[in-house]
Amino acid sequence: MAVAGLGVRFGSGVVALGRVDLEFAPGAFTVLLGPSGAGKSTLLRCLNGLATPTAGHVLGPDGTPIARRLRAHRRETGMVFQQHQLIGRLSAMENVLIGLLGQRGGWRALMPASRAERERALDALDRVGLLDRALTRADALSGGQQQRVGIARALVQRPRLMLADEPVASLDPVTAAKVLDLLARICREDGITAIVSLHQVDFARRYADRIVALAAGAVVFDGPPERLAQDDIARIYGSSPTAAVSEEEYA
Amino acid sequence: MSRHAAILAADASAGRRHMAMVAAVLAVAVAALAATGFFDAERFADAWPAVRQISSEMFPPDFSRWQSWLKPLADTLAMSIAGTALAVVFSLPLALLAAVNTAPNVAVQQLARLLLSFLRSVPEIIMGILFVAAVGFGALPGVLALGLHSVGMVGKFYAEAIEHTDPRPAEAARAAGAGPLQIIVSAILPQVLPQLADITLYRWEYHFRASAVLGIVGAGGIGFELIAALRLMSYDQVSGILLAILACVVAVDATGAALRRRLR
Repeated sequence: MAVAGLGVRFGSGVVALGRVDLEFAPGAFTVLLGPSGAGKSTLLRCLNGLATPTAGHVLGPDGTPIARRLRAHRRETGMVFQQHQLIGRLSAMENVLIGLLGQRGGWRALMPASRAERERALDALDRVGLLDRALTRADALSGGQQQRVGIARALVQRPRLMLADEPVASLDPVTAAKVLDLLARICREDGITAIVSLHQVDFARRYADRIVALAAGAVVFDGPPERLAQDDIARIYGSSPTAAVSEEEYA
Repeated sequence: MSRHAAILAADASAGRRHMAMVAAVLAVAVAALAATGFFDAERFADAWPAVRQISSEMFPPDFSRWQSWLKPLADTLAMSIAGTALAVVFSLPLALLAAVNTAPNVAVQQLARLLLSFLRSVPEIIMGILFVAAVGFGALPGVLALGLHSVGMVGKFYAEAIEHTDPRPAEAARAAGAGPLQIIVSAILPQVLPQLADITLYRWEYHFRASAVLGIVGAGGIGFELIAALRLMSYDQVSGILLAILACVVAVDATGAALRRRLR
């Protein structure tokens, strides 16, 4: 997985990403760090074609541009969203089954899920520890449980690549740590390449194999977490070091 | 794996209950169609010659009297706007009284609901007949009939929109010491104004179409011309007037859509 000369400029003229070059090693857990508006979401959305680059390319694991085989690329790419993006009145299992839609083509596309698919959805829910809530409506679950359903929906795809856009930003710190633990453990066990955006430096240090920091649409740090120094953090979050400290305290 | 099987069995039985409900609704719908003679193939077969006759007489549409339609069309436009204005003025306060989250108490709320249901259940054509008897022929009885009947409908839709607002901003306003009326004006109405505008603009378009029907009972506008042409059985003029009404409805709808975009 790689991006080459990736740039995104919105219609309003705002530059979300300016000429970013990055390569992602298979199986690594990469954390994108940076303040809101730095371009983390835009980068993640480019990686599975939800946002369209205005310059450069996104190259899939096999080295071809993803635009050429978008549906196939999305099938093997799981995505976890900040706001979970579940259908509240459907059960956890039915929400997880949405993750399998891409695997069904042709006349089967609009048929109800098969027994085998339901079994797969339950396996995914079991992995995130929610098997006993499989038939509970998603809107009756807690925030942390909802995000675990979101992870199960991505996991059921058996992805090679996992993208997560601020997966814990709307959770309390304790729940956030549990959800990130789960996500990191599953990606490690299954050898899934993970690219996860976070805004808490603390979490980034704890889970990342590699940290890529963005500020104003450009990469300002790229390296292992132990190399991330206090003045790097100050650079990422603007000139004021106190902002970075309070960010850590929050985490 | 046995846990999986148990969950899937529970899900399947829930699915069967769901299907049974859908089947029951379908059965009622089919029964209603049967009761009203929809499956009587003979009547449809007999209808063909008449349908063919009327459609051939409707074509080509006759626009030769178009100049005498302009004034009635303008009247109808005025009626639809006036009727909508009347409906809005009475609907908004009634809706605030009828919505659970803005009503002063349950008794008032139920009473307002009842009044709205009553207004809704008197068909506008009946109101048209009553108002023609009361204030005479012309556009005025039409406006009164449209407006009053619509209060029942618009008030209900307004109330529902108000009930679906997010209670949290209202709580924030209450926390800041706002009174009930202030909460409504500053925390609830800003949330629903675009929706209320949607309802109103839809109703305006509806009023244009409905006022054509009110012509039957002598309530003025293009409906009067339409009924006259129907009575004379000059179906080519009927289709001409219907196309003129269609053109106006499209124009009203486009105006409404343009207004709506500005109100987002």
